[in-house]
Amino acid sequence: MPSFVNPEKCDGCKGGEKTACMYICPNDLMVLNPDAMRAYNQEPDQCWECYSCVKICPQGAIEVRHYADIAPMGGYVQPMRGTDSIMWTVKFRNGNMKRFKFPIRTTPEGSIKPYEGKPSPGADQLDNELLFTETADSRATCKPSDFS
Amino acid sequence: MALPNKPNWELLAEPDLSKVPVEEHEYDALIVGGGMAACGAAWEIGKWLQDGQTCALVDKAALERSGAVAQGLSAINTYIGENTPADYVRMVRNDLMGVVREDLIFDLGRHVDDSVHHFEEWGLPIWKQKGDEGKKLTEGGKPVRTGKWQIMINGESYKCIVAEAAKAALEEKGYDLFERIFIVKLLLDANKPNTIAGAVGFSVRENKVHIFKAKAMLVACGGAVNIFRPRSTDEGKGRAWYPVWNAGSTYTMCMQVGAEMTMMENRFTPSRFKDGYGPVGAWFLLFKATVTNGYGEHYLKSEACQKELQKYAPYGTAPIIPTCLRNHLMLFEMKEGRGPIFMDTAAALNAFLEEKRAEGMDEKALKRYWKELESEAWEDFLDMSVGQAGLWASMNIEPEKVGSEIMPTEPYMLGSHSGCCGIWVSGPNEDWVPDDYKWGYNRMTTVNGLFTAGDGVGASGHKFSSGSHAEGRIAAKSMARYIRDNADFTPTIKQSADELKAEIYKPVTVYYENYQKTTHEMVNPNYIKPRHMMERLMKYTDEYGGGWSPYYMTNGKLLEIAMRHLQWLREDSEKMAAGGLHELLRAWENLHRIWCVEDHLRHIQFREESRYPGFYYRGDFMEADSRTFEEGGWKCFVNSKYNPETGEWTCEKKPCHQIIPD
Repeated sequence: MPSFVNPEKCDGCKGGEKTACMYICPNDLMVLNPDAMRAYNQEPDQCWECYSCVKICPQGAIEVRHYADIAPMGGYVQPMRGTDSIMWTVKFRNGNMKRFKFPIRTTPEGSIKPYEGKPSPGADQLDNELLFTETADSRATCKPSDFS
Repeated sequence: MALPNKPNWELLAEPDLSKVPVEEHEYDALIVGGGMAACGAAWEIGKWLQDGQTCALVDKAALERSGAVAQGLSAINTYIGENTPADYVRMVRNDLMGVVREDLIFDLGRHVDDSVHHFEEWGLPIWKQKGDEGKKLTEGGKPVRTGKWQIMINGESYKCIVAEAAKAALEEKGYDLFERIFIVKLLLDANKPNTIAGAVGFSVRENKVHIFKAKAMLVACGGAVNIFRPRSTDEGKGRAWYPVWNAGSTYTMCMQVGAEMTMMENRFTPSRFKDGYGPVGAWFLLFKATVTNGYGEHYLKSEACQKELQKYAPYGTAPIIPTCLRNHLMLFEMKEGRGPIFMDTAAALNAFLEEKRAEGMDEKALKRYWKELESEAWEDFLDMSVGQAGLWASMNIEPEKVGSEIMPTEPYMLGSHSGCCGIWVSGPNEDWVPDDYKWGYNRMTTVNGLFTAGDGVGASGHKFSSGSHAEGRIAAKSMARYIRDNADFTPTIKQSADELKAEIYKPVTVYYENYQKTTHEMVNPNYIKPRHMMERLMKYTDEYGGGWSPYYMTNGKLLEIAMRHLQWLREDSEKMAAGGLHELLRAWENLHRIWCVEDHLRHIQFREESRYPGFYYRGDFMEADSRTFEEGGWKCFVNSKYNPETGEWTCEKKPCHQIIPD
């Protein structure tokens, strides 16, 4: 089910590294053609259909056409990803439609402070097996003999 | 129309190497990879490196959506919770047919929950039982367990959340993040034997080579995909079960500098919804669905199947049948002509409705209940395998009305899911760990300063996403310890920057020296394109190395032929040709694929038994041996080593210690 780009909606995100789909594709597939100022999938048979490009595209210009060698034509799955939830539209070959909405995160994007309020163990703690957020009275210090 | 005799890539590779700059970097710690393990390491290491010490993370993609969790997940498969690390060891040991590193598994079990608690703190929605909604795990909120170890999540943004924390940690500490740089080769130190000194790679966005020097390095770049012929044929090749961008880089890069490998004969051949490869875990565990053969028979309960399982006692007769044996029984039905195998989704969903009806639920409430159930069933796919949802939509499949076929896929190499191939690493430096399992630094390979985690660590499967994150953290702390202990070490690279550049860009040189010699750049006797290299590899591993087409069967004779082809593939890899940066990425990925599969098949050749029936069979040794190393049997590890000085490959047996009693 490779991704494809609708040329009427794609504006190339103003080019280069700023092209959202090119930035995000885990498999280096989405690429911008600077002359046309449009993006395209440069190797559709290596597309994992992870939808990362579809979800990130600010223009909603990217969709997925199901793998030609597997799927009968006409099925369609399209997300709208917000900041705290995602909406999915599933259209069947026979025209039936289903819609689903799922939460995706409980905190605002960009709000994570990974060290705030966390312990800062001293250099003398480097030789034990505790990770920096773990305490000596936790399960982290257990040994197999504790369970025999 | 122009002749197709020139590169057709958007970002062209530069043939004039004088125009390709080399950027050199030096850090105390280097993290190679961007998945769960690497993100765990990036967060943990910031609290252990001393002021002034430096660190960088290098990812071939963008951290926000890289690695196996890029698409999301619908469950966290390892959360110990009310269970014990000892029971966790028992489960993993049984699933992997007895041969595992119990020290590593136990160690993971005592740390993994802390990672899960932080995922929730950072914003990952974790399903809670009725009455506990909104209560965090750390506040006693009870998760929705599907199995003993799994918990359900709304995981579409799982990786984005974990990556955000890692990025924020790197930024706060002033460490560097490099995206779109593909590290392809590790470099040994010029002076200190068997010690890592750095790594080299290139940018897939601009013509530039990057050389990194480091005192300690974590290599965690996932498992290996597209190494056996896939069941799909054309566009569908991208729809691998594991992420298609996992090219075996972890195994090959570490192997090439002499790291000892373990259980590389192990592979994972998942049984998933046919063609879309949607997850089956929630269907089995949450919805209690059963599998039937083509005739609607619950074959698992048949006398023939029970007898088959007896052969593999104690594993086959344990309360939970090991994953490979479940495949074995499925293949047994298929070969007897009783396929296809169905997941009876309709019966499972309707049973829930019947149950509620019997409890007296009125039709209106029942309708609401059904909406929830239907939504949960679809979310399982939409969170982590959208393609399966698309396939159902294309085939008009409504799971409440009709079952779906399940099928064992092509084999994959990995160490974090239900497989355990990987690198031989030190366990924790504690008294209870056997002496031959530890050499000072937890999760360090047999190469000084080289660490791994996640799919990289062998003989300890069933870590999944959370365990990989925790293992990255364990390795990171060890790296900080190693850096402290080796403060006076100055990594020195043997090769010059120009030598490394010429090696990295060799496929580009080969391409531009030859591409005008025919009128079609894909057909040229002077070189081989990366895509053809991959296709050839997958054809021969499938036919001779026990892929899906011979029902996962191989033998000593077939493996001899496989080895001949691998030798030719390795020789021909010198002639891989790349006209664009994307193609250069593919060239190096395929080199990594070839090497790790060779090690995989060497192990299968060495181990004269069929340890994992259902994953692969040695037709000449069909038994799973119950005798231990001490008894001269195969209930032991097989470790291999490539000698970077001599180019020799060796395999040997190593004893397997039982630490946790039955």
